[in-house]
This record gives sequence, C-alpha cells and structure tokens, in this order.
Amino acid sequence: MSILTMAKALNEGMRKAMEDDPKVLVMGEDVGKLGGVFRVTDGLQKDFGEQRVIDTPLAESGIVGTAIGLALRGYRPVCEIQFDGFVFPAADQIITQLAKMPLRSLGKLRLPVVVRIPCGGGIGAVEHHSESPEAYFTHTAGLRVVACSNPADAYTMIQQAIRCDDPVIFFEPKRRYWEKAEVDVDSSGWPPFDEARVARQGTDLTLLAYGPMVKTCLEAAKAAEEDGRSLEVVDLRSLNPLDIARVTESVRATGRCVVVHEAPIFNGFGAEVAARVTEECFYHLEAPVLRVGGPSTPYPPSRLEDHYLPDLDRVLHAVDRAFAF
Amino acid sequence: MTADASRGAEAPPELIQLLTPEGERVEHPDYDIDLTPEEIRGLYRDLVMVRRVDLEAVALQRQGELGLWASLLGQEAAQIGSGRALTEADMAFPTYREHGVAWCRGVDPVNLLGLFRGVNHGGWDPAEHNFHLYTIVIGSQTLHAVGYAMGIQRDGAEAASIVYFGDGATSQGDVNESFIWASVFNAPVVFFCQNNQWAISEPLEKQTRIPLYRRASGFGFPGVRVDGNDVLACLAVTRKALADARSGQGPVLIEAFTYRMGAHTTSDDPTRYRVAAELEAWKLKDPIERVRAYMFKNQFADQEFFDAVEVEADELGRDVRKRCLELPDPEPSAIFDNVYAERHSLIDAERAEFATYLEGFEA
Repeated sequence: MSILTMAKALNEGMRKAMEDDPKVLVMGEDVGKLGGVFRVTDGLQKDFGEQRVIDTPLAESGIVGTAIGLALRGYRPVCEIQFDGFVFPAADQIITQLAKMPLRSLGKLRLPVVVRIPCGGGIGAVEHHSESPEAYFTHTAGLRVVACSNPADAYTMIQQAIRCDDPVIFFEPKRRYWEKAEVDVDSSGWPPFDEARVARQGTDLTLLAYGPMVKTCLEAAKAAEEDGRSLEVVDLRSLNPLDIARVTESVRATGRCVVVHEAPIFNGFGAEVAARVTEECFYHLEAPVLRVGGPSTPYPPSRLEDHYLPDLDRVLHAVDRAFAF
Repeated sequence: MTADASRGAEAPPELIQLLTPEGERVEHPDYDIDLTPEEIRGLYRDLVMVRRVDLEAVALQRQGELGLWASLLGQEAAQIGSGRALTEADMAFPTYREHGVAWCRGVDPVNLLGLFRGVNHGGWDPAEHNFHLYTIVIGSQTLHAVGYAMGIQRDGAEAASIVYFGDGATSQGDVNESFIWASVFNAPVVFFCQNNQWAISEPLEKQTRIPLYRRASGFGFPGVRVDGNDVLACLAVTRKALADARSGQGPVLIEAFTYRMGAHTTSDDPTRYRVAAELEAWKLKDPIERVRAYMFKNQFADQEFFDAVEVEADELGRDVRKRCLELPDPEPSAIFDNVYAERHSLIDAERAEFATYLEGFEA
C-alpha cells in the first residue's frame, strides 16, 4: 500500500503500463520536460526517453490524429489534452476517425488510443479550463468513456484503459488531483473498468455520480446520516458503457435516485441515466429520478463557480425533494 | 474582389515532366528514370485497367447499383506513377478517389465498390495491402500517415508512408498540422497532393494564392510540382521522395498537377461551374494517350499488345460488374458488429433486443 495523490497514482499507473509494454507512448503538449501542466506525466520522459514521451506541437487535432497513425502501426498512445475546453479542435479526429475506424475496417483495425482529459471546475481557472464535456463523447458510439474519482481507481483504470483495444476517453477530475488516498500498487485483482462501484452503502436513496462529484456525494451522504437518512453512493466509473445492472440493483433497493454531475443538466449524462433508471426501476421508485448539475449556461467566471458547481447543500436539497414526494 | 493569384509567387512554377503530352521523352537533371519496355507496358496496362474499372463504376452508379462514385478520370497517371513507386513495406493513406493506387496495392476493385454500394464502409484489410481505408473527411488521413511514419521511425524500419489528398484539402487544418508534425519530427512521409484544379465546384484560386507545392517551404521541407498526367514523372518524383523519406531526410510535398476530367462525384454537375473548353484543353494532355504515343514511336509494343490490353480491360470491367451485383446485403445484426473490439454491454443488450424485435415478425 502507498499513499498517493490522484496525479501521482495516474503517473504511477502510466509508468507501470510503459514498463509492461514497450508499445505504450505518452504524447501531448508539455508532457515531457515539464511533466504536464498538472505534473501527471512528471519524470516519464526522463525515464523512458523522447521517443516514448513526446512533447507535441500545440495542436490537439494533430495529437489525436497522429496517435491514430501510431496505433495503426501497433503503438498504444496515451494522449494528454491539456484542459477539457481544448479538446474540441480534436473532436473531428475523435468522432469521425478514432471512434469509427474499427467499424469502418469490419473489425480488422483496432485503435488502442487513450485520450486523457483533465475535467471539471473548482480550481479558480479562466474560461475553457473548467468544463465537463463528457456527454459529447458518451454520445459517440465506438468510444469508451470513463472517469476516475479517487487515487486507487486512477491507478488501476488508467492501466486498464491503456490495455483496452478500444479507444478510451479518460476523464480526470482536476480538482481532485492533489487529494491523497491509499493505493494498492501491488494488487492486480482489479474489477473491470466498465463496472460501477458502490462507494458507500445505504438503504434510503441512491446517489449516482462519477469523477469529481463522487467525493461531494460521499460528503452529502455523511451529512445526511446525521439527519437519519441512509444514502448509498454509486461511483459509475464508466459512462459508456454504463453499468446499468449495478445502478438498477441499487435503485431497486433504495427506491429513490439522484444523479449528480458538474455538467449542465439539460441533455447532460444524467438525462440518460435518469431515463434508464426510470425505465428499469419504475415500480420500485418512490419519487422521480432527480438530477443535480450545472445550470444550462456556459461555465461562469471563477468568482461564481461555487454557485455553479453542485455542492453538498445542492445535493442534499435534491435529496430532500426526493423524500418529499 | 479578385485576388492576384500570382502574389507571393517568386518565380513561375516549375513543372517536372519526363513525357510530353505528345509522347516525347524529355530529360530532367534531377529526375532520371530508366524503364524497360516491359515496365512501360506494365504502366500502360495499369492506366488502362484503372480507367476501365472507373468507367464501369460510373456506369454501375448510373444504373442504380452504386449510391455514389468518385471518378478518377484524368488522374490515372498521378495514381499509377506514385502507386508503383511504393515498396511493399511502404504504407499508403488514400482519400476516397485513389482507385488507381488501390490497384497498385493489390486491392480487389470490387472491394472498393462496397463503400459506394452501401454494403460496408471499407471492405479490405489495410494491413494486408499496406493500403489504408478510404477516408471521406477531407484531410483527416494526413495526420494518420504522419503518425504512422512516426511509428516507422520508432521501429527503425526501412519504409515510408505516403498520403494522398487534393487541392481542396490543403485548406484544412489537419493537413497543415500534419505538415508541421512531419517537419518537426522529420517523419518519413510523402505528401502527395493531386491538384486536380477543382474542389467540387471551387477552383484552385479559392484555396490558394501561391502554387501549392511552395507551401512546403514555409513548413521547412521540400516541395515539387510534377506533371500529374505524366506517369513517368510521377513515378520518378515519388520514388525519389520516398527514398529520401526512408533514408531519414524527412517529408516531401509533391503537387501532382492534373485535372479532374469528370465530375467530383456522380452526384455533381460540373457544367454548372466550369466551361467545356477547359476540359477539351486537358483532354489533349490525357495521361494514357501520351504513353501510347510514346510506346508506338519507340516500338515498345505492337498493336497486338494494345488489343490484348483492351480485351483484358473489358474482361475486368465485366468481372467487376458481375461481382458488384453479387455483393450481398449485410445481415441487419451487422449494425452491431465491430463497433468495439472488446465486449460492450450496451451494444450486446441492443443487439439482443433488436434480434428479439425482428423475431417478432417471423412468428
């Protein structure tokens, strides 16, 4: 067991993947000498060299497009997009090429490319540095979309994403990069990375979250306990595919469900979850599935982000509403 | 406002040519090529065959058997010349019009039709032929070719990649990013731009104010303009560029100056935007006729050879037609195939639901 920050856990996970497989490459803007703007790739270029840890020109479409070419040559590139709001120049390569090439080739081509995206707000950043663009990618068939919420998952999920033969969009909640937790770096008996995980058991209501909001939901569940409410927290981990079996198992037991994410509620990932839970758990529900998320506005200037981002109170407010039905 | 197309051009563009439209062999100090009569006959046969396949595909579209076809008419020399310059280890990244390059890479022409008939999105194994799938989004494949070339570098292999794109594509961000990547990483890649003068309805001056090959110098690598209707020049120039790339000298941009003699695709109507006289002028520069004239003059082939090639081409056309019509429609469940390489619970569930739904009709 080691105590690691999420950033370090990701770093260690990539390091392990690079040691295990010489075809694994890391590429992106400033990932080499600097170690990435969040230092997630710190020291990798020093240890694996410039051929395997590539400081790229400043062009996101180029990063993903050349990663596709490298994958076609048998490499397993791990791309870093510096910030969530900068993924869009690469959107064409991700959506029209990365996601569709295996189907286009009738299965003859595989693109084991990981696109890491630091996501979400809460760090007082300027515009385009605090967004939650996951729904754009969960809507694109051919991509797997996952989000880690804690150092232990970060360590295992990044390695599983790199080993996966499908392209993976890997969301990292940037405001959780520096939070520490125990990570079992020796174990390898990991659950599949497309499985959800019950982060806290409860009996009265299910909170569904992923990435940065898992911790918020755990805090809300702890606070609710003082009010005599037992909230279960399920960390979805994988958004596409969604582990609907685990989700419905929880909601059928509790009878109430609140989905929480930072992204705007309208057409957000929570809409898909709510629709599926409603369809699968209709006769078990005591209340409609409620959603907590950002308003349907662009991400605000950072002085307002505390009002935009769901917090413990916003989650508990939704919990109150669910119990009021 | 009309821009002066010559602004920024420091000298009239040079065109590398080894065979004139009249079939006269001309020398070039940098690009010599010494081909045997048999090799010339081989190139001629290639040119005729791919034009025949193309003609058949246009006819198939007109008869409703293909949803669409992008004709290569007029661009045969650019494609055969460059395609025959490739070694087996080189990797080619095409647009959707590289039927001639596909021919050189040993891809069955019928496999090209699947995409246009709508039975698949690409029916060949890219690794088997070192010929990537057709890419429809303009310019996307240039980055794939550069990434692939970076892989070649890392493997220390004796190979290069070549990527095809058109004059319109040079305006795309991806193409410009691929130039930058190739340049700074000194990647073994040849950029083969078929400037066929038209991006659907938009003439070259909507894309550029300087000759396209001169763009390369701004990115830090050589650019050359070759007569795209001259199969010998295309072969020689591409051979040299590939050899340079393989030997660590980095990328080259080749602008093959040619002409799209047909429509952009069978959905297009070029009479709306270009004059017939332009086509007539380019017909005099036909890529096949000049080889034929050259062969006649030098007695590289007799009439019997030309007749035999015609017969073979007609047989190929008939065969392609027959097998195109035999291409089976995929099973409905194929919608769910190959979306992911590994198990995916949502796809599995939807496939099962869809099968159950379809079974409901059989009862």
